[in-house]
Amino acid sequence: MIAALAFYLFAAVLIASAVMVVTSRNPVHSVLFLILTFFNAAALFLLAGAEFLAMILVIVYVGAVAVLFLFVVMMLDIDFAALREGFQRYAPIGGVVGAILLLELLLVFGTWQFASDAAGFRLNPAPAGVDNTRALGRIMYTDFVWLFQLSGLILLVAMIGAIVLTLRGKTSTKRQDIGRQIARSGSVNLRQPALGAGLGEIGIERPPVDAPAEPKKLAHADHGHGGHH
Amino acid sequence: MPTTATGDTTEMMAVGLAHYLTVSAILLTLGVLGIFLNRKNVIVILMSVELILLSVSLNLVAFSATLGDLTGQVFAMLILTVAAAEAAIGLAIVVIYFRNRGTIEVEEISTLKG
Repeated sequence: MIAALAFYLFAAVLIASAVMVVTSRNPVHSVLFLILTFFNAAALFLLAGAEFLAMILVIVYVGAVAVLFLFVVMMLDIDFAALREGFQRYAPIGGVVGAILLLELLLVFGTWQFASDAAGFRLNPAPAGVDNTRALGRIMYTDFVWLFQLSGLILLVAMIGAIVLTLRGKTSTKRQDIGRQIARSGSVNLRQPALGAGLGEIGIERPPVDAPAEPKKLAHADHGHGGHH
Repeated sequence: MPTTATGDTTEMMAVGLAHYLTVSAILLTLGVLGIFLNRKNVIVILMSVELILLSVSLNLVAFSATLGDLTGQVFAMLILTVAAAEAAIGLAIVVIYFRNRGTIEVEEISTLKG
């Protein structure tokens, strides 16, 4: 009885917060309501007896995915008011499509039945006297080991993809390019000044400042000291 | 209404399977509605996709608990993995798109069209 009441409470909060996720004006509020949705879904998982999935939902979704959303929403400097211009325009067609979808789903859910021998077709019946986490571990590392490896591979691909997408080469920092330094030639000339000659006679020899101006450097090399630019 | 044929395994659930399926259907509808309503904001669309995936995993868990079959929970875990990966990739694309264009309006995004 208490469990049924808890189910209705959590389901009501779940649906209400999902509505707020969709219709909230500020995306930061949307993310916070998404976190509330995940918490209530975790409570529903607990009521269904899936304790491990409930904890995973809290850890992965609330701890990682929702915080990632929060980071991105707060990091991007977006005019969110301009993004909501079409809200009223698309509301009717969205409502029609949503109503049709919900009606179809309820029709399907209202009319189907389990097969009379459905219990015989169970792939992994829950063992009696074993808690949920232990039972899941028993089948996940044996029967579903390839599925387990596949999810690891998916996460690896996602990680590499996210890094490759968002990594940009450092353009703001200046780095020492040793190869370019060694390969540079002709910018400073060795000269043999006359004895006793001061700077007034021979001038100050400076290396050309701008490396990319290649043709100019050749022009400077023509008349000895490129002290002017 | 669906009748359970499994007998003794149904006392794991406090309420019937139909309640879970109804909640899950409403959640999926809200996700689809969110995609329609927030046509311009990619981040809210990604959140709606998360809602849809959550409703699917809720369905799987409800069936798994009703039938007493653990396979549904294993597949729900795979869905959680894929949802996390999808959120990471989607948000990375949003970040680099915003970096290049200065906006995230979906209707303006036609550069990816072949």
